[in-house]
Amino acid sequence: MEILIASAIGVLTAGGVYLLLRLRTFPVILGLALLSYAVNVFLFASGRLAIDQSPILARYGEGSYTDPLPQALVLTAIVISFGMTAVLVMIGLAAYLEADSDRIDIDPVESRDDDQRGGAA
Amino acid sequence: MHWIILPVVLPALLAPVIGFVMRHDIGLARIASVTGTVLLLAIAIVLAWLAAGGETHVYRLGDWPAPFGIVLVLDRLSALMVLLTATLALIVLIHAIATGWDARGKHFHTLFQFQLMGICGAFLTGDVFNLFVFFEVLLIASYGLMIHAGGRDRIKAGLQYVVMNLAGSTLFLFALGTLYASTGTLNIADLAVVIPTIPAEEAALVRVAVILFMIVFAVKAALFPVQFWLPATYANAPAPVAALFAIMTKVGAYAILRIHTTSFGPGIEATEDLATTWLFPAAIVTIAIGAFGVLGARRLMPLIAFSVVGSMGTLLVAVAVFSPQATMAALYYLVHSTFAAASLFLIADLVVTRRAGDSLRPAAATVQNGLFAAIFFGAAIAMAGMPPLSGFLGKLLVLDALREPGTMVWAWSAILGGSLLTIVGFARAGSALFWSSTAMAAGPAEGPAARRATAGELAPAMITLGVLAGLAAFAHPVAGYLEATAVQVFDRAGYVAAVLGPVETEDATPIDTVIEQEG
Repeated sequence: MEILIASAIGVLTAGGVYLLLRLRTFPVILGLALLSYAVNVFLFASGRLAIDQSPILARYGEGSYTDPLPQALVLTAIVISFGMTAVLVMIGLAAYLEADSDRIDIDPVESRDDDQRGGAA
Repeated sequence: MHWIILPVVLPALLAPVIGFVMRHDIGLARIASVTGTVLLLAIAIVLAWLAAGGETHVYRLGDWPAPFGIVLVLDRLSALMVLLTATLALIVLIHAIATGWDARGKHFHTLFQFQLMGICGAFLTGDVFNLFVFFEVLLIASYGLMIHAGGRDRIKAGLQYVVMNLAGSTLFLFALGTLYASTGTLNIADLAVVIPTIPAEEAALVRVAVILFMIVFAVKAALFPVQFWLPATYANAPAPVAALFAIMTKVGAYAILRIHTTSFGPGIEATEDLATTWLFPAAIVTIAIGAFGVLGARRLMPLIAFSVVGSMGTLLVAVAVFSPQATMAALYYLVHSTFAAASLFLIADLVVTRRAGDSLRPAAATVQNGLFAAIFFGAAIAMAGMPPLSGFLGKLLVLDALREPGTMVWAWSAILGGSLLTIVGFARAGSALFWSSTAMAAGPAEGPAARRATAGELAPAMITLGVLAGLAAFAHPVAGYLEATAVQVFDRAGYVAAVLGPVETEDATPIDTVIEQEG
């Protein structure tokens, strides 16, 4: 169980970082989604891995239970990352439509601008 | 005592009303937004008055006791930051309305209010996960403000900014998970109780969390090696938004100061060496990057953005020492650099909109060239740290606080050298923009270059300069308040007692209770 969870987090993070470094809108959005999955599983595991246990006390202190706080944290993180992904898709789309390019880095654009301004002046 | 939550609730209620009810009526939205910000300023003044007594006020949301519920904590530091935010917000808002920036896109005022909600919340919260939530609130509003009014370069820079910050948020969550796994709590005061009980040899996981937190806050504070997003973002953001963003870098600095002092700070064996070891060199390099950026910038907005990077370096050099005296200097410089950066961005906006772009090349003089030059000169000497404005005193306080033999050589040479390069850079920019222009043929009598700035457009930049002059003139009482603030920041026991109630040592309390009951 621990091996499975740990390697899942590791693989998701590695894939996410790789896609993030592609510097194109679509891979970057997928990469950030993978990273947020990884961090959600990671947060879930931060309350220890307990199988088949409820997050509340069964009968006031009898029996064991799993830590409810990480579940609340994960829920918040899921909501926020979902909303952020939606915003990112919209801004990425706007950037693509404005610039006719889906590159994230802006250096070529800036230097082209400077050349144009230099030529004009 | 519901005052503490008002800086969060007021913008949170106002923003949707502006967004849904007043979205077709810019006049109404302006009135509502200005009224809300004035009210926020009034609330901030009341909070500063409440906190000035030195007591740490705690607001328990839903009245849940502290480690289990979320708390908002008001002490001198929080009150100072909220007051700073509200003052800056009002100035920036007047500028945005007077120059018509707010009408160039949709929902400026809604996003502006959400931004204020996030910033005030981040300054007031006493819970690390809640800090994450308020960071996200202020970030998502800043994404909208950053690309306000559109344009190709701005949206491309905005996309980069969003990606950078989403990666930062993921890192923040990893840091939170690591910290929770190793300590079992995310309340700042409770962390300050739990972490000292962890023996140094078992603290590896906590130390990882501490470093992760520092990277996350360094992203916000534009600290080397994660400062690279700031110049592109600030240079391409609408100028009033860039002026408001001057407080956003301070959110990062505040978070480092608060959490790395209270929870992981001096005197805690497991984690105390981490922040000093890594923060100090990073801040020194940040000063150098800022100074060389100012010297090398070919356009006005990146030049100002790099000067902001340099000022964050100076601020964090003082924070990195983690002593009350250095923290007092850091806080003075924090207030100063916020207004200095804002005034530079505001005056740059007036100049750039009257020229064909912001490249530092001589062009025909615009209308009111002398007036713009004078304001720019004032703001530039404030940012560079020349007398008589508060930048000089701020840097002097920082230098004075860094007298330890190990740090003095590095800090003094970095700050003094950086200041020199910044002065040269600003002098070059000023002479290219204003001085050389007077030698050229008179500009066109029509078009944007001939449009005189109204009193409303000039007032915000002048008010910020007035604030800087006031900071210098009333340096003694301000420094007195900040000294008390710094002492309170380092009073960990006081903070813990205020948040968690009377300190319970594990053996003593039950016995005392028993005795009381028997008696």
